[in-house]
Amino acid sequence: MTGKHLTFTLNGEPRETSADPRTHLADFLRYGLGLTGTHVGCEHGVCGACTVIVDGVPVRSCLMLAVQIDCCTVETVEGLANGDELSPLQQAFSTHHGLQCGFCTPGMLMTLEALLRATPSPTEHDIRMAISGNICRCTGYQGIVEAALAAAAVRTSTP
Amino acid sequence: MKAPPFQYHRPHTREELGALLASLDNAKILAGGQSLMPMLNLRVLAPDHLIDINRVPELAGIRETVDGIEIGAMTRQADILASPIIQARLPLLARALEHVGHIQTRSRGTIGGSCCHLDPSAEQPAICAALDAEFVATGPNGRRVIPAADWFQGLLQSALEDQEFLEALRFKPWAKGHGYGFAEYARRHGDFAISGAAALLEVDGRGQITRTALLVFGVEPAPRRLYDAEAALVGQIIREIALAPIIDAARALDPMEDVHVTADYRRHLAGILIGRALREACSSLERSQ
Repeated sequence: MTGKHLTFTLNGEPRETSADPRTHLADFLRYGLGLTGTHVGCEHGVCGACTVIVDGVPVRSCLMLAVQIDCCTVETVEGLANGDELSPLQQAFSTHHGLQCGFCTPGMLMTLEALLRATPSPTEHDIRMAISGNICRCTGYQGIVEAALAAAAVRTSTP
Repeated sequence: MKAPPFQYHRPHTREELGALLASLDNAKILAGGQSLMPMLNLRVLAPDHLIDINRVPELAGIRETVDGIEIGAMTRQADILASPIIQARLPLLARALEHVGHIQTRSRGTIGGSCCHLDPSAEQPAICAALDAEFVATGPNGRRVIPAADWFQGLLQSALEDQEFLEALRFKPWAKGHGYGFAEYARRHGDFAISGAAALLEVDGRGQITRTALLVFGVEPAPRRLYDAEAALVGQIIREIALAPIIDAARALDPMEDVHVTADYRRHLAGILIGRALREACSSLERSQ
């Protein structure tokens, strides 16, 4: 790839590469780095499927340019599991049927991961507010909310 | 779709930003990007140059000054919402920010970006109009302060000149314990509002209204203060407000029509929402006393 030189941390690993200025972060992750876990839905900030965590806060990666992550810390859904072991949140999604087709799931997971770090014991209302910007057309959200509540309980009970 | 090609610039100081604006043609400033990035991705805009001001630290921050509060143009919506200063002294702004997008957009979106873009249904510029904010703009001829009454020049059009940038917003908080209310209607939480309204109230010890601001937005191309209704409200007793003339004033405007709703529906909403905002302002006043 040609373009602007970038240094950043991706899922804990230091990276150095370059990106074309007009490429948004979601496309850069998928096509530039081959990390296809981040999904691209609407590309105008409405659906939430592309949510990743940049410098600790959830952002829409279709509304950030790749060149803007220079010197930043980026976390994507690929960074959640520890090898083959799912994170508590991922496990809870599986247990509580928090996904069907899976298209919105990476965005849901990264949004809720950021929520649970900032608010370890969220109420159901907190969870619903957090995912209000993530559209799911399959589950009706109930399973996702149950999964998030369950994951919060697991995370707060394990030191 | 994907953004068209452009040259990317990243200034680190106000001076570098000013120099870039003075030397580049067809340049756009990239603030939080929550409106500009969709417009680029949809190719509504095709600037030759994009000036990214996310690394100009002096443009961000919330400061208490001698006569009020100054919010840097690049202050993120999430930081404003979480600020104890804003919650205590500009509670209407905090109240309205709950309706601005979602956590993933408030983490990037800035108050200055929204006030320069001026979507008619945007909450932040509307609150600036309700609070009579001042807009501090910097350009080749130095700094000037633009009152809210002059900032709004029409649909998506601010008073900012080509080579100017918005540096900060200045607010004079209302009296401690003042009443504030906000209401909007959107099809889904966090969506752009179809219409909205805000109300501010100050009363004396006998419950008589001494000062008020009434505003509707998302009705006309720019937020609209209801000055006549405000003047009529001053002097009334808080528990005996004549609501009908205020609702009539909101419905006497000339609403926009678009693919979502008709002008008549916006007119209907304007009346409902100003009533809700005012009632909320009254109850927040009672809570604080």
